[in-house]
Amino acid sequence: MSELDELYQEVILDHNKSPRNFRAMAHANRKAEGYNPLCGDHVTVFVQLEDGVIEDISFQGSGCAISKASASLMTAALKGKNESVAQALFENVHKMLTGDASDDRVVDKVGKLQILSGVCKFPARVKCASLAWHTVNAALKGEAQPASTE
Amino acid sequence: MLMKALPQLSDRAMAQSSLDVMRVRADFPILQTKVHGKPLVYFDNGATSHKPQIVIDALNHYYRAENSNIHRGVHHLSEQATAAYEAARGKMRNFINARADQEIIFVRGTTEAINLVAQSYGRSFLKAGDEIIVSAMEHHSNIVPWQMLCEQVGAKLRVIPINHEGEVVMEEYLRLLNDKTKFVSVTHVSNALGTIVPVKEMVAQAHQRGVPVLLDGAQAVPHLKVDVQDLGCDFYAFSGHKMFAPTGVGVLYGRAELLEKMPPYQGGGDMISLVTFEKTHYNGLPYKFEAGTPHIAGGIGLGVAIDYLAKLDWDLVTAHEHRLLSYATEALAAIQGLRIIGTAKEKAGVLSFVFDHVHAHDVGTILDQEGVAVRAGHHCAMPVMQRFGVPATTRASFAFYNTIDEVDVLVRAIERVLKVFG
Repeated sequence: MSELDELYQEVILDHNKSPRNFRAMAHANRKAEGYNPLCGDHVTVFVQLEDGVIEDISFQGSGCAISKASASLMTAALKGKNESVAQALFENVHKMLTGDASDDRVVDKVGKLQILSGVCKFPARVKCASLAWHTVNAALKGEAQPASTE
Repeated sequence: MLMKALPQLSDRAMAQSSLDVMRVRADFPILQTKVHGKPLVYFDNGATSHKPQIVIDALNHYYRAENSNIHRGVHHLSEQATAAYEAARGKMRNFINARADQEIIFVRGTTEAINLVAQSYGRSFLKAGDEIIVSAMEHHSNIVPWQMLCEQVGAKLRVIPINHEGEVVMEEYLRLLNDKTKFVSVTHVSNALGTIVPVKEMVAQAHQRGVPVLLDGAQAVPHLKVDVQDLGCDFYAFSGHKMFAPTGVGVLYGRAELLEKMPPYQGGGDMISLVTFEKTHYNGLPYKFEAGTPHIAGGIGLGVAIDYLAKLDWDLVTAHEHRLLSYATEALAAIQGLRIIGTAKEKAGVLSFVFDHVHAHDVGTILDQEGVAVRAGHHCAMPVMQRFGVPATTRASFAFYNTIDEVDVLVRAIERVLKVFG
């Protein structure tokens, strides 16, 4: 598979075309906005957190296929997980996207999200894929400032 | 010019009637680069242009043979460096037809030039309630410095709208010009849309009311013959790196009469004539605005870039660029689902486009795999994106070393984008 095909796999194109959990959430008790100031990608992540468990999660925004698919996959992966699992997943996804060689088994730890592993061959696109993750991180921490990839 | 020098229209003259692009390309070593195994097709000239070998050589020569500080040494090297740097100023005066060398201020680039005028002229001569006019298609560097000034002095920013083709609406401009207007700052060529703005007419209208005008020429200088006296503007700002010279050096042209009245922008060495702890006397023009050691090699390189451009036949360059733009416009317009953003009657060098179902970044990444370098994003002109209701565009921007064949590569690469995204 070429690097390009690895980046734009069917699953990613599908999540871009029909993003899951792509909606605002009135009952969210955590919410954060994320910007990628370099390219103008913008995402809002909504979370309903009950007793440390992500009961519901959704997003809205505009961006490229990678940022949209990554956000969509993220919501599917985090729903029903508790905060510490979410935090661990965030760290592993980040390692995978940035091609952190210190952990060669990182793709095994991220489950379905390994579909995004092709991104690490495209350094300019890492921020597209990580934007939603930075944003959910900010939402869970209850940060007032919009998350940024910078 | 070559055509005029020939006695009659011989076969040779016919052959010379179009730009010899292959010969020009040989002057730019980076154009031989392979990207992902494919020949580089560089359509990101609006971001920065490439440098001809003689400019690269000039930087090398300066550091090898002339390196020393200017305006202060009595030794041989310093005299040589000073002479080379000041010669570049003279070339630049000639290049844009300023009246005198002292009207050429060397700065870091367009951004610094505009900030200089906003802070030096603006803070001295604008006050609360005054109005500054810009257009809706400015680069952020011709918006933010004026917003900062507005905050500092209580002035107000007014914006000339643009129409759906990406042209300034002149009636609206005339309506905005009023007794409170104290400054006009507009782009000469839009970086996001390619529109050539009728700045000469706009300057004349502002001058009827005694309002000074700055023109952002960053995207104009690489494509158009710029004559600041003919345009009549008070300030003209541009960067070296977009006109085949090094990064980190640019020019603020200002009418001497205004520059004389303006206080220094930065304080330091070179901009003074006498310093005591009681009082400092500033240097004369242009040095009053050139505090600290400048980018000496860059300035010299800029001079060499001007020498290079002066050897080209600009009628041929203009015709070639026009052909590139119209060929590319026609080829891209024929692609299903592709929408061109910026369809002004007068355009230079830029083709911005969008797809409804593919984001500009995805387009940019796939084009890169085919060796095609474009800009994908908001082009530091977020209000323009807002005006057209798009988050970002893909922008192909041309230089005279680009070819029709390269446009064909772009078209094929776009077809690959559509294959991936269906």
